[in-house]
Amino acid sequence: MRQKGILRLVADAEQTDWSALVFRVRDHQDKVAFAALFRHFAPRVKAFLMKSGASEALAEECAQDVMATLWQKARLFDAERASVATWVFTIARNRRIDALRKSRRPEPEDLPWGPEPEPDQAEVFEAQQETERLGAALARLPLKQRVLIERAYFGDLSHSEIAAETGLPLGTIKSRIRLALERLRHQMDVKATER
Amino acid sequence: MKIKHHLSDELLMAYAAAELPEAFNLVIAAHLSLCDECRARSMAFDALGGAVIEDSTCDMAAGSLEACLARIDSLPQAEAPLTRPAGSVLPAPVQDYVGGGLEAVKWRSLGMGVRQAILRTGDKGASARLLYIPAGAAMPDHGHRGLELTLVLQGAFRDEVDRFARGDIEIADASVEHTPVAEEGEACICLAATQGALKFNALLPRLAQPFFRI
Repeated sequence: MRQKGILRLVADAEQTDWSALVFRVRDHQDKVAFAALFRHFAPRVKAFLMKSGASEALAEECAQDVMATLWQKARLFDAERASVATWVFTIARNRRIDALRKSRRPEPEDLPWGPEPEPDQAEVFEAQQETERLGAALARLPLKQRVLIERAYFGDLSHSEIAAETGLPLGTIKSRIRLALERLRHQMDVKATER
Repeated sequence: MKIKHHLSDELLMAYAAAELPEAFNLVIAAHLSLCDECRARSMAFDALGGAVIEDSTCDMAAGSLEACLARIDSLPQAEAPLTRPAGSVLPAPVQDYVGGGLEAVKWRSLGMGVRQAILRTGDKGASARLLYIPAGAAMPDHGHRGLELTLVLQGAFRDEVDRFARGDIEIADASVEHTPVAEEGEACICLAATQGALKFNALLPRLAQPFFRI
């Protein structure tokens, strides 16, 4: 535990503890904390929506909506289960469903973002670290694989449309995605055992 | 209860990206309600979405933060999340479509004791329905034109290859032509989502197909 505490101090020097900022919004309606979250996440949500096919005006509008939802639902954020980036992604995804008139997407039982009275700091840290490690692993993928994973999430094209556009057979696209996921899984396993 | 048949990475990723027809989303949400293993994998795919979103950025319009803060001031108080009764045969997302538990399902007979209830979904990509197959009875022999997901909610069925019990999900594509049979004991209740329409092999059900919307 002690060692983890030191690691966290080192990590804090380099990166922002986004969960702590969400908690300040939740507990104190802290506009300074919110502004920091907005500066980081709003442009990312907007870029995500534009890559998903939204116009710039629609993406701007929806990114503001997503950030307003973050404020409004701050008490539903479960920092033990997910990083702020992951949570923001799920809000943005749901906003995109409305904005681009995609199919309804029912959620599983026990809404995944159940509130916890006192989140365990080690697990909160863990969740944010996981997203960062995943981001690093994603960046290390061969470009061809990374592009396909990102496009799958942007949802701008179905597999068969990507196939038509790139001239790659559908089977090649599917196996590239499969390889990419295997590689990500492997990297996450290696990192998990190193700690 | 040990679940043996799980969701594929391909389906979990498409669910995370919200790229599936509603009927498939519903079956996946129902399976995740019963299967902790796939739930954890599903959360990993959300985390991958978080990593993807971190990866690119762009400029916000001038005055964007101020506009957002003004928007927040005009927001109504957030509603408390819905709590739905647990412990039913029907997982919560299915209850939302049925409008209650098993007793609220409006079954229609397909003959031979087999019943179905079509669940209304908003897009035409796929259709969802609940199936009731009496113990020991066979599902109408069918192939399908596209992907079919079948989640067992009660009892169990067997086809030529495998056994499927509560929580198990069968993923069948157009190449699978099979005749599932409900096990002896309890009636088998399934939630199924089918891309396109089913094609039945026996003459009579084929004639009945448009009539029953299957």
